[in-house]
Amino acid sequence: MATGAVGHNVGLAQIALTQRERHMTAFTGQHAAEPIHKGPASGLAPNLEDYDLARSQFSWASARAELAGLPGDALNIAYEAVDRQADGPLADTVALRFLDLGGVAAELTYAQLKRATSRFAGVLEQLGVARGERVFVLAGRIPELYVAALGTLRHGSVFCPLFSAFGPEPIEQRLRLGDARVLVTTVTLYTRRVAGLRPRLPGLAHVLLIGSDAEIEALPGTDDLRALMDRAPDHREPAATAPEDMACLHFTSGTTGEPKGAVHVHEAVVGHRATGRMVLDLHPGDIFWCTADPGWVTGTSYGIIAPLTIGATCVVDEAELAVDRWYGILQDQHVTVWYTAPTALRMLMRAGAEVAHEYDLSALRFVASVGEPLNPEVVHWGQEAFGLPVHDNWWQTETGGIMIANYRSMDVRPGSMGRPLPGVEADVCRRDADDKPLLATDGSLELASEGEQGELVLRPGWPSMFRAYLGDPVRYSERFVGGWYLTGDLVRRDADGYFWFIGRGNDVIKSSGHLIGPFEVESALLEHEAIGEAGVIGKPDPVAGEIVKAFVLLNPGFEPDEELRRDILAFSRRRLGAAVAPREIDFVDVVPRNRSGKIMRRVLKARELGLPEGDLSTMEPGS
Amino acid sequence: MTEQELREAVIAALTQVAPDIDPAAIDPTIGLAEQLDIDSMDFLNVVVAIHERTGIEVPERDYPKLSTLDQAVGYLAAAQTQHAPS
Repeated sequence: MATGAVGHNVGLAQIALTQRERHMTAFTGQHAAEPIHKGPASGLAPNLEDYDLARSQFSWASARAELAGLPGDALNIAYEAVDRQADGPLADTVALRFLDLGGVAAELTYAQLKRATSRFAGVLEQLGVARGERVFVLAGRIPELYVAALGTLRHGSVFCPLFSAFGPEPIEQRLRLGDARVLVTTVTLYTRRVAGLRPRLPGLAHVLLIGSDAEIEALPGTDDLRALMDRAPDHREPAATAPEDMACLHFTSGTTGEPKGAVHVHEAVVGHRATGRMVLDLHPGDIFWCTADPGWVTGTSYGIIAPLTIGATCVVDEAELAVDRWYGILQDQHVTVWYTAPTALRMLMRAGAEVAHEYDLSALRFVASVGEPLNPEVVHWGQEAFGLPVHDNWWQTETGGIMIANYRSMDVRPGSMGRPLPGVEADVCRRDADDKPLLATDGSLELASEGEQGELVLRPGWPSMFRAYLGDPVRYSERFVGGWYLTGDLVRRDADGYFWFIGRGNDVIKSSGHLIGPFEVESALLEHEAIGEAGVIGKPDPVAGEIVKAFVLLNPGFEPDEELRRDILAFSRRRLGAAVAPREIDFVDVVPRNRSGKIMRRVLKARELGLPEGDLSTMEPGS
Repeated sequence: MTEQELREAVIAALTQVAPDIDPAAIDPTIGLAEQLDIDSMDFLNVVVAIHERTGIEVPERDYPKLSTLDQAVGYLAAAQTQHAPS
């Protein structure tokens, strides 16, 4: 096939074009994306009944006061998420319900979750793991992952999730950068991706495996998690962590350099609970399904912490998306609140709204989406398919929780990310030709006017904000200018205060909701013997939002043929894993660079899309 | 297409999308996603590639019917007879 090893047929390409066109017209506001007006809510009253009123009355201090806390001003996420319910009337309510292809695979009530997480915390204690040390988990959405996450927080050590589709390279990088002391994973994932890395990870003292006794016994340097859990005591008090103690480490990717470990603290739970209430409209007893994988921040903040602090039942699907299974889950589990992603919704949309109508989705009260901007047609399609619009919201790894949202009680403007959370101040700042924020003479940011495009900025101070990039104070401080946090996303704000996503202000790729740094992919490609130079971009895709596409320049002596393309594809998939590796590879004669040698990815992207390449005056001649 | 040709087409589609796969190592009775490092975007691309190679279009809802190699071949063989001109 001429277009690359992984090509779409014409039909898909046409969908891509029309969606992109609609997407762009909606963003520029020329297309009247009809607002969806909300009447008075029927049934359960929304937690946030009036946005403007909530915004004027809200304070983080009062949100903090709604938590139980521990003696001596201590605050522990696991205590708020587990014990608080386990010690009250919700003790026998199901906290986590795990589904697999065969139906309900496992259930844990709040009381059972308290015992299981106590035991896991006890295991860490017996192993001599210190408070603040990092416990990594590499696993699919299985019960052990959730128990390990909350047990780690209970113990006072730091939970760091690794996405289970990562290849050995991203895994090694994160274990090393995060100084992992403990890794919890399955026998299969360990054998395939981690065992070979052990000699290079001397700090990794304990590997706790999930699998059969015989399998684990055959693997040197590992322990059987279940055997350790069985020997641990049933009760262990949660650690009296301070609000500013490190709780979670979430890796995120930038345009350049290695991934950054965003440090989150126990106080973040104030934000998780407040946004779970105000944005997701979670009530005690809700059946909540967050489809995000805990390998990413959404799957932790909202797939574990937020709903449990409110006393909801979380549905967890261990399997991957399949149209009828998903509608079956919404119907059979009586899901009331559903938090999912644009890629998933677009896949469901391809199957048609009439499929949704075959199922009884009447329990559903609220549908929200995050991960990448939601195009207006998906919002409208939600109305048609579920009788509810899809509510887009915006946040990122660094913010720890939802910052800008469409609320249940507020009119939806399809294509808009909504309005800032009560307690969060958001604005738009102007940027100069080098994409740096423009400063006024007094050092303050130059803010954009209504409707003007600029970078989304947030006033620091919300509880779930990251406190550092682990071991990298320089890159952390670069994110703050003139008293604002720079998000790196380009937006505009309309006259009514709704924010509209325009594009990313950097070269980071968002594919199926996963954040991928082009530099990491380029670095892996350069390890292939045939490749001399590589440039990696996000190519727009009708389903995934973007796919990773690589442009490679071959070393002398290598022929650009199909066999080599496949070899490079296989090589990068083995190193990086399916989620991160390029899905398309093009051979090029030149990788465009500017005079300082920096790869000009926007030129590659413009060429890919057949768009004008913009101002190329800084480009190296011959590119 | 014969069943053998369909089997070859599915394997070719899989290795086109994910050339890291060793076709000889595929257990035809076990779920593809379980034994191979392929994600849902890969699977979507595999379905597109199957369409290109066989002319058979697989609707979104039927994706679970292609979970294993044997199931996929069986599904395509059945789809082929249904759509064959009489």
